[in-house]
Amino acid sequence: MNKIRFILIQNRAGKTRLAKWYMQFDDDEKQKLIEEVHAVVTVRDAKHTNFVESDEVFRNFKIIYRRYAGLYFCICVDVTDNNLAYLEGIHNFVEVLNEYFHNVCELDLVFNFYKVYTVVDEMFLAGEIRETSQTKVLKQLLMLQSLE
Amino acid sequence: MGRGPSPLTQRLLLLLLRRAASAAPDKMPAVSKGDGMRGLAVFISDIRNCKSKEAEIKRINKELANIRSKFKGDKALDGYSKKKYVCKLLFIFLLGHDIDFGHMEAVNLLSSNKYTEKQIGYLFISVLVNSNSDLIRLINNGIKNDLTSRNPTFMNLALHCIANVGSREMAEAFAAEIPRILVAGSVIQLLAPLSAADQPIRAVVLVVLHHGQREGVVTAATSLITTLAQKSPDDFKTSVSLAVARLSRIVTSASIDLQDYTYYFVAAPWLSVKLLRLLQCYPPPEDAALRGRLTECLETILNKAQEPPKSKKVQHSNAKNAVLFEAISLIIHHDSEPTLLVRACNQLGQFLQHRETNLRYLALESMCTLASSEFSHEAVKTHIETVINALKTERDVSVRQRAVDLLYAMCDRSNAKQIVAEMLSYLETADYSIREEIVLKVAILAEKYAVDYTWYVDTILNLIRIAGDYVSDEVWYRVIQIVINRDDVQGYAAKTVFEALQAPACHENLVKVGGYILGEFGNLIAGDSRSSPLVQFNLLHSKFHLCSVPTRALLLSAYIKFINLFPEVKATIQEVLRSDSQLRNADVELQQRAVEYLRLSCIASTDILATVLEEMPPFPERESSILAKLKRKKGPGNLPDIDDTRRSVNGNTEHNNNNTETTAKVSSDLLALSPAPSAGASLLVDVFSESSAPAAADVYEDNFARFVCKNNGVLYENQLLQIGLKSEYRQNLGRMYVFYGNKTSTQFLSFTASVGSPDPLNTHILHPVDPTVDGGAQVQQILNIECLSDFTEAPVLNIQFRYGGTLQSIAVKLPIMLNKFFQPTEMMSQDFFQRWKQLGAPQQEVQKIFKAKHPMDTEVTKAKIIGFGAALLDGVDPNPANFVGAGVIHTKSTQVGCLLRLEPNTQAQMYRLTLRTSRDSVSQRLCDLLSEQF
Repeated sequence: MNKIRFILIQNRAGKTRLAKWYMQFDDDEKQKLIEEVHAVVTVRDAKHTNFVESDEVFRNFKIIYRRYAGLYFCICVDVTDNNLAYLEGIHNFVEVLNEYFHNVCELDLVFNFYKVYTVVDEMFLAGEIRETSQTKVLKQLLMLQSLE
Repeated sequence: MGRGPSPLTQRLLLLLLRRAASAAPDKMPAVSKGDGMRGLAVFISDIRNCKSKEAEIKRINKELANIRSKFKGDKALDGYSKKKYVCKLLFIFLLGHDIDFGHMEAVNLLSSNKYTEKQIGYLFISVLVNSNSDLIRLINNGIKNDLTSRNPTFMNLALHCIANVGSREMAEAFAAEIPRILVAGSVIQLLAPLSAADQPIRAVVLVVLHHGQREGVVTAATSLITTLAQKSPDDFKTSVSLAVARLSRIVTSASIDLQDYTYYFVAAPWLSVKLLRLLQCYPPPEDAALRGRLTECLETILNKAQEPPKSKKVQHSNAKNAVLFEAISLIIHHDSEPTLLVRACNQLGQFLQHRETNLRYLALESMCTLASSEFSHEAVKTHIETVINALKTERDVSVRQRAVDLLYAMCDRSNAKQIVAEMLSYLETADYSIREEIVLKVAILAEKYAVDYTWYVDTILNLIRIAGDYVSDEVWYRVIQIVINRDDVQGYAAKTVFEALQAPACHENLVKVGGYILGEFGNLIAGDSRSSPLVQFNLLHSKFHLCSVPTRALLLSAYIKFINLFPEVKATIQEVLRSDSQLRNADVELQQRAVEYLRLSCIASTDILATVLEEMPPFPERESSILAKLKRKKGPGNLPDIDDTRRSVNGNTEHNNNNTETTAKVSSDLLALSPAPSAGASLLVDVFSESSAPAAADVYEDNFARFVCKNNGVLYENQLLQIGLKSEYRQNLGRMYVFYGNKTSTQFLSFTASVGSPDPLNTHILHPVDPTVDGGAQVQQILNIECLSDFTEAPVLNIQFRYGGTLQSIAVKLPIMLNKFFQPTEMMSQDFFQRWKQLGAPQQEVQKIFKAKHPMDTEVTKAKIIGFGAALLDGVDPNPANFVGAGVIHTKSTQVGCLLRLEPNTQAQMYRLTLRTSRDSVSQRLCDLLSEQF
């Protein structure tokens, strides 16, 4: 019943910077999906939509993605889900990362991968958008940061 | 990247680019604050600086060996080291390498009392441990401890872990625990994957939806309720009023109330979307006040879309439109407020020309569903030019695909020619990935809305010419089925394929269609010397050698049909069949056909040949195989339902033009000699026959009336024989399965069964029954039925057989009556009364007042009207006790729209039945049939 199937952050070269799965896939399937997502989003430009539906690859899913410099933020949801809500869900998430890491860059995500998971868990839970207030999320993250 | 990036995004972009440029070789990032793990950062740097895959693997193996020795070492590791090493293992795993140790250390971290150590332990578990791990008991223990720790941060970690792992075992283990935590009123969010609709959860989440002060909690709770409501809608009905109240507060509030949840000047967009989604689990609220409040919310959302934007940023418009699109989804889901539907359509129409590709795409998608609502279908159609333009100019193929979908959904009789033409012209340049789907759609629309079938044939041949490779078998089978079933188009089809085959290069699918059609109907154009039999044959045969085996096999069959149609080319064709390349063909199928056809043409008399190669009988009417294929391709949910029985009633006037012609035909038939033995005639035959058996002096019709409202059952039974029926009807065609059961233990000999039909009916027995029917056995006979024009007299089934030396004759009236060719038609009250008035001429109406023969039960009556074949229309008649129905009688020559009204009077135990149709004979017959049922 999950709405979000997975969240992926990849760079242009196809390196995964974050993979968060909300549905059971085995390792081979995960790898295949990662490669397919990379293949479909990197060929698109500004005249294209931010949505990819592909019958062959994603069946009943669609990818909603947004590119920030060299990074692609991708969310995979049901074909019936609200595209724009997830598109802005991505942006909301990126703005939180940007605040949290003080102007986030790809390297922050690499070296602090374990913290990125915490940010994701604060904003998304069990495949649902959960907390959308940047103020609240950042407050909670700073509190956690202060703990040992 | 979205268009028009905000200043913030632009800054972000620049920054990311600058940093990326200076990234190699790595410097340590600045973020290593107090909690950082220096060893981890060094390791990550090392990996990133590896020049090759081999170097990376070497470095990783070295690290794995190091960690392994630390874990196995005698010295107990402190929490920090354990955390660091587990984190390194996790990093290695995320790089794509297998990890086969360290799980125990990770689980140990759960019992640490430091947040950072616990967090890494939980993270490792949720990424790496699968639910059937043997560590699950230990993990559950750790979670349990944290849940009961009263430390909100630890509880939070434990809950996240349950949600992330999301396994059934874990859900079951903590199903009782979690609602308790929620009730305790802590700040903890809850959305564990507990789909079991436990009583406590239900109560709690509804309370949250009602009173929750924090929008974040409400957001999470709404998702949970939506999930639960989809499973058991009745249990969560109360959520509708709560959701409307919430929504109304958000939509009407000044954004100051929801400051934390205002995103680019839009109040709580995600929560609004979720509430609107929750409401889509339910029909429109019945309570008028609630309904009014919801309508008000939806209107406000639509109004806001017209207001000038509060910000130029794309985030603002996206958030606003996310809510708008969800509101439109709800409006479409309810499909009950014409004004809202039309407003939604106008709003989407504006988006069709928006500069944002995303919006154009979403507007096309959303309009597709609007097109299937009868309230907005016409409004959608006004945008046809814009949609066609999108097909021509959009750069993103997925947007063009949506445009195709929308054209398909908005297509009806009025615009079919234009839409099909546009789709065909788009097909020439269409993306390969969507060609097949467009081909299917064109084929379906061309068939569905064909008024004259020459247009249909032209369209399909064009399809084959433009996109032959994408024309699947279903498509060319279908054109052949249709040509065979409609004799008015056969000559045209033969002429057109003949011309199309003249092209120097034509697609193999065209050769298939051409071979089949000329083989069946080549005679229709053979009179013209330019398409004489020999010319036709030479044309087909010139393509033969370029074709695949299945096509060649089809052509061979066409050749033998030519021998039958045109004796003058027999010698030429025999010579071709006799050649080594046919008779000794390496392909078994081709060789066999050549040998058999050659022999057949040599030994069979013209009569036998004519019988063997008789024109194909009409195909039984069934769902278009193309439609079935498209449904398979798109999945059932994605195909806009364009079933247009509703519109075919309006289109009925076109068919009525044929009326005069039909009447003429019927009357000329009356003058002709009837070939079918009528009941009277068979009586005479029986009297004079030598039969000594008790001749069926009468046509048995006791059970006839029982079949008026049903299609299956026992038609006849005596001591020897039972006759059962199963039948199905579609439009003007029907098929009846007749089962003859021998009730005795002795064989029936010389068993025959034949049908005598009145002229307006064509009945055709597919298989003659075997002349012997063993004792206790049942044999089946299939009867194809075609209704040519309206009729009163039913066909008679004549059965004869020998039982113990005596000849038995039985004649039974077959329950094939006019109402079997009814197609139900749904319509709204307004349409009904408009049509009712149109059919006001005195001869069009037949009325009967009669006494009830059965108890007057509403449900039984409804079932009977539906069984009769009409659509039962609810809420049309101002008096709820009355029944009204509508449908169309399909005959080959015409379609007759029928309206009926049944008014029961329970006090008097009487009914009044009124039938109005465009033909008096139909009104009369239907009234007679139906009035006997109550």
